[in-house]
Amino acid sequence: MQYRRTFRASLFGSFGIPALFLTAMGLGLGGYVDRSADAVLQGVSYLQFLAPGLLASSVMQTGSFEATFPILGGLQWNKIFHAMVATPLRARDVAIGNILWIALRLTLVGSIFALVIVAFGASRSPLIVLAVPVAVLTGLAFATPIMAFTATQRTPDRFAALFRFGTTPLFLFSGTFFPIESLPSFLQPVAWLSPLWHGVAVCRALMLGTIGNEPVLAVIHIGILAAIATVGAVLAVRTIDGRLVKG
Amino acid sequence: MDDAAPLILARHLTKRFGAFTAVDGVDFEVAPGEAFGFLGPNGAGKTSTMRMIGCTSPISDGELTILGMDPRRQGADIRARLGVVPQHDTLDNELTVRENLIIYGRYFGLPRAECQRRADELLEFVQLSDRGKDLVEPLSGGMKRRLTIARSLINEPDVMLLDEPTTGLDPQARHLVWDRLYRLKQRGVTLVLTTHYMDEAEQLCDRLVVMDKAKIVAEGSPRQLIERYSTKEVAEFRFPAGVQETLDGQFDGLGDRIERLPDRVLAYADDGEAVVIAARDRGLHPETVLVRRSTLEDVFLRLTGRSLIE
Repeated sequence: MQYRRTFRASLFGSFGIPALFLTAMGLGLGGYVDRSADAVLQGVSYLQFLAPGLLASSVMQTGSFEATFPILGGLQWNKIFHAMVATPLRARDVAIGNILWIALRLTLVGSIFALVIVAFGASRSPLIVLAVPVAVLTGLAFATPIMAFTATQRTPDRFAALFRFGTTPLFLFSGTFFPIESLPSFLQPVAWLSPLWHGVAVCRALMLGTIGNEPVLAVIHIGILAAIATVGAVLAVRTIDGRLVKG
Repeated sequence: MDDAAPLILARHLTKRFGAFTAVDGVDFEVAPGEAFGFLGPNGAGKTSTMRMIGCTSPISDGELTILGMDPRRQGADIRARLGVVPQHDTLDNELTVRENLIIYGRYFGLPRAECQRRADELLEFVQLSDRGKDLVEPLSGGMKRRLTIARSLINEPDVMLLDEPTTGLDPQARHLVWDRLYRLKQRGVTLVLTTHYMDEAEQLCDRLVVMDKAKIVAEGSPRQLIERYSTKEVAEFRFPAGVQETLDGQFDGLGDRIERLPDRVLAYADDGEAVVIAARDRGLHPETVLVRRSTLEDVFLRLTGRSLIE
């Protein structure tokens, strides 16, 4: 798996942003919410409510991004993936290597985010340690299908639409900033279609220490995320292979 | 493998993309230590052939053996012994010149220290030692090309596949690349290259095949091809605009053969001067006259009726 080293250069790119996000949203906005909404959140401070949502969604956004431009770059712009398959590496190795790289990067982003959350006192449970891999899985459930999509594209034109109509609405309406129970009742089942909601729900249960209340539901959530990530990975391997190996 | 066996052997090699046939049943073989060229215009099927040899494109039909191995089953083993210079540079712009070589060596499973040693040697070989720590992007086209060649050598390949190695380079940069490739050939590295430049083919190739419309139309050394398909010399006549169209029939019988191009008339003969004199005797008044030796361009024109670079 030596080829992951290629990407070393971008490793130290985006460390501080998640922390800044939490500071601004959690403390700034949370200060207002807590004064009025104690009843809604059942004794949980807004910062504590928000933190798992931000953890899962920021990992999700990193995963989505990493599956678009860097992948298209390797396939289309600097074509380094084409250079890789001229060596004993196969297209499959390139695809899997990229997925592993994204997983590594998401682990890094998620861990740092978790550290900041702990520093803010925004997690009620030490099980936040388990929330990080759940967030990573959430990120992969986005990254792998998006990577499969990216491998069918020649220009980044459709990425804007993907973010505008895909990841951004999910970011806003997957229980990140408010419980989905606040949505109109007909919209609530839609949350089930959002991989992010599954991730947020489990992260939140872990960090609030309520995971024991509905363990079966948590397993279902994780199962759905794992299924999406796996199907996405299979598709990504297939589309990248189709792109790198001619006809 | 014994020395006489070809390094690359293709029989009825075919590549189809859906209904389109990019390579149509070609036969060729490349001997160890040989510099072998595919000459042809864009779209002739050269790159598709190279990709099949490079084991990054499965063959549609026919047989292909590379280094005694079958690309369908031993693609990775074959690729481990090839050095590939693709048509367009595929360097990693986020890495330095030297890192590009080291990381590429790692893809071949070479130890890091060995990659570093080879990288320094290769930078020396392609005269980029002083640029080792620079990023790739500010390099000139010729330097990037040399870096790509260095990268393709990191695994000390038995065969180098060069797809249009000097297309887009200025004359100086081309000569530097040719010089390096010539040195590699002298060291015994087998070179397989595609080109649509006849001078490149003449400079580098011991033997070549001319490809046109997915097929091989001729094979031989540059010298043999010229002898077989052209005359020793060519007289080129250029006429003022509009005049050439009025000259129907007036060249008949001059030299062995006449080619009428949009901008000039070529008369093929072993003695070009004699043709020029004969034309003058017929009362033809070209604007300029040039007598030159036949080249592969003339061979290609004869075989396909078209110029190499259109």
